[in-house]
Amino acid sequence: MFGLALTDIWFLLIAVLWTGYFVLEGFDFGVGALLGVLGRDEIDRRRMINTIGPVWDGNEVWLLVAGGATFAAFPQWYASLFSGFYLALLLILVALIGRGVAFEYRGKVDDPRWRRRWDAVIMVGSAVPALLWGVAFANIVHGVPLDAQHEFTGTLLTLLTPYALLGGLTTLGVFLLHGAVFTAMRTDGELRDRAVQAALWTAAVAVPIAAVFLGWTEAEHGGGWTLVPAVIAALALVVAVLTVGQGREGRAFAATAIAIVATTVTLFGVLYPDVLPSTLDPAGTLTTTNAASTPYTLRIMTWVAVVITPIVLVYQGWTYWVFRGRITRGVIPPPVGLPPRGRGDRSGPDPAEPGTEAAQGSR
Amino acid sequence: MALDLARWQFGITTVYHFLFVPLTIGLSLLVAGMQTAWVRTGDERWLRMTKFWGKLFLINFAMGVVTGIVQEFQFGMNWSDYSRFVGDVFGAPLAIEGLLAFFLESTFLGLWIFGWDRLPKRVHLATIWLAAIGTTLSAYFILAANSWMQHPVGSTVNPVTGRAELHDFAAVLTNSTAVGAFAHTITAAFLSAAMLILGVSAWHLVRGNEVAVFRSSLRVALWTVVVAGLGAVVTGDLQARLMTQQQPMKMAAAEALYQTSSPASFSLFTIGSLDGSQELWSIRLPKVLSFMATGSPDGTVEGIDNIQADSVARFGPGDYVPNIPVAYWSFRVMIGFGILALLLALVGLWLQRGGRVPGQRWFAGLALAGIGFPVVANSVGWIFTETGRQPWVVYGQMTTASGVSPSVGPWTVATSLIVFTVLYGVLAVVEVGLLVRYARRGPDPVPPPAPEGADEPRPLAVAY
Repeated sequence: MFGLALTDIWFLLIAVLWTGYFVLEGFDFGVGALLGVLGRDEIDRRRMINTIGPVWDGNEVWLLVAGGATFAAFPQWYASLFSGFYLALLLILVALIGRGVAFEYRGKVDDPRWRRRWDAVIMVGSAVPALLWGVAFANIVHGVPLDAQHEFTGTLLTLLTPYALLGGLTTLGVFLLHGAVFTAMRTDGELRDRAVQAALWTAAVAVPIAAVFLGWTEAEHGGGWTLVPAVIAALALVVAVLTVGQGREGRAFAATAIAIVATTVTLFGVLYPDVLPSTLDPAGTLTTTNAASTPYTLRIMTWVAVVITPIVLVYQGWTYWVFRGRITRGVIPPPVGLPPRGRGDRSGPDPAEPGTEAAQGSR
Repeated sequence: MALDLARWQFGITTVYHFLFVPLTIGLSLLVAGMQTAWVRTGDERWLRMTKFWGKLFLINFAMGVVTGIVQEFQFGMNWSDYSRFVGDVFGAPLAIEGLLAFFLESTFLGLWIFGWDRLPKRVHLATIWLAAIGTTLSAYFILAANSWMQHPVGSTVNPVTGRAELHDFAAVLTNSTAVGAFAHTITAAFLSAAMLILGVSAWHLVRGNEVAVFRSSLRVALWTVVVAGLGAVVTGDLQARLMTQQQPMKMAAAEALYQTSSPASFSLFTIGSLDGSQELWSIRLPKVLSFMATGSPDGTVEGIDNIQADSVARFGPGDYVPNIPVAYWSFRVMIGFGILALLLALVGLWLQRGGRVPGQRWFAGLALAGIGFPVVANSVGWIFTETGRQPWVVYGQMTTASGVSPSVGPWTVATSLIVFTVLYGVLAVVEVGLLVRYARRGPDPVPPPAPEGADEPRPLAVAY
């Protein structure tokens, strides 16, 4: 199709899915991790959560689809990667479980202690995957010890190389920046000002780290055309810094989004045509060809993806359009959660006297 | 060791995930129905029902979503050789589930939750339907994937690559096993959601709370349980016959039937040796197993010993008998609790005949306990389906033992098993606590409509 090998199309599609995941969940990780930093009071914290409230779950599905697509198109890659990065993925799963539940449950009880606990879960649950995805992708690009059967022979510590940690700091920093810019774009007043300040402070650390990481990636594994997206990524980060300070948060957000796209493109570009290089044995290296499914499966999956993906983009885009307004302090309604435990759940009258208080029915 | 731990982890995380899934599917469709009734009639009672059951639905939904991520990841984490073997076939429905179903479900649910004051009434109604359709579609694709493991169709094992390779995707999607499993799962999902509504409604009605809302809810629940319960019986019967043809060992294990029999009786209850090979005492229904398995009261049902010998001839030496007591009892407990739910609903229909409000405390107590009936039936149903296939992970093609990740050691699996068990345990306490408290609180009053044309930005109708 289009003169590309099916395996290349799927490498491209998986890159697209990860890119979509990082651009979208990137900012909701950032918002979540900055919750306690930017949200000085309960109303501001709720404003932040409500900027991502309607969309974070849809954003996370990009990860599920990326995972499923890898399983379908490159089963060997999926198998070696997920079994090899076991404990890192376990941490990511715990974090994602915690934050997902936290968004839904934090407002369900109107109790500061209850909320504080869930806020901590949101912050940690957002920061941990933001860091670990970078560690994971740096390892994918750099390669990991795979034996001739493509089995991972290292441990968790094998994955924690300086290069990988730098990758982790890069995604953490860039997602924090992306989230701060998003918060500035979707709120107003003091919260917006604080978010701009946070974006600038984050950028002061994150942009140099990202530049070093991209440079290291190019020096060690890259060269060729991937220099272009790497430079675009660095420039986009600079543009983001320049525009966010001028109150042009929309542009700044576009810039951080472009920086994430360009970084992901760089990483996948450097990786190609491998999908998981082996540092032990060239025979262990997984490539787009030796990791792939059969052409029949890839062809079916291509048609499914070509038909459905544009529809998904349209309705997800529409969601962002529906919820595009700034979340001001005035629009946050009073808390509707249950009272703290022991302080009178509103329940029916004493069950010993059924039916005595039918008045409840007309409340 | 790593194998056993990985199996325990899969069992625990999957049963746990499936505590939430049927409620999500059933409640999303029932809540969509309630909202439709509101939009069509304008009756506020339906709006309050939509919001009240919708809130319980969302508390439950969050857990289903987050535990679902683990499901997709652990194939690769704990079962990498399985993943390498099945990816060409099994991965496709999984990927399509995400692309077609999960995007639809999550995006439109976000629009539904937060869109009450943002979207026109009918568009907002469409969002809950699209989310419900997404949820239902996801059930189809994951069941198609699982059904391929039960009854591999549309693929062949390539001896060169050593993996199952797809050659007919339509066959995988139209697998008779998948159609049967989907029908049975959806009826069970309706049953589960309706039993929750039934239990909570009966509890409130006996206290005289919100009679209008809960009597309507009760009626919806009772009829849904009756229809879905009968549907579950019919679809379960269909599945039993497919199982007899496709996985005869599982059917024999379900009855602990060692000797081939025609006609075969069905035992309601047996006391026997621990491994199920010796029977001491039992209550038996003559010819019933023959009818369940073959559709004919005198049909022949193959026994375990026979099938074991056949399997050795086909696949080589080995033990092809699943855990008999687990299969035997899970099969009976599943059917038993399903029937109990159905009977309870029939009693309820009688009690609320002619506009009566069931105020009997015994009924409310039973209905409250009844919330658990489908939960138990769903769980043991899957335990039966999955353990009854053992020692295979893909029936006739790959054993569970050969699917485990060779590079993952027992300590690693133990770590994740402990982490998930503890985390899930804590979350269960939180989730059930919230569900109970919100269920007790009852429906909120409908807020007065916001004044039109005010300059001040109006507060969001719904916010986290």
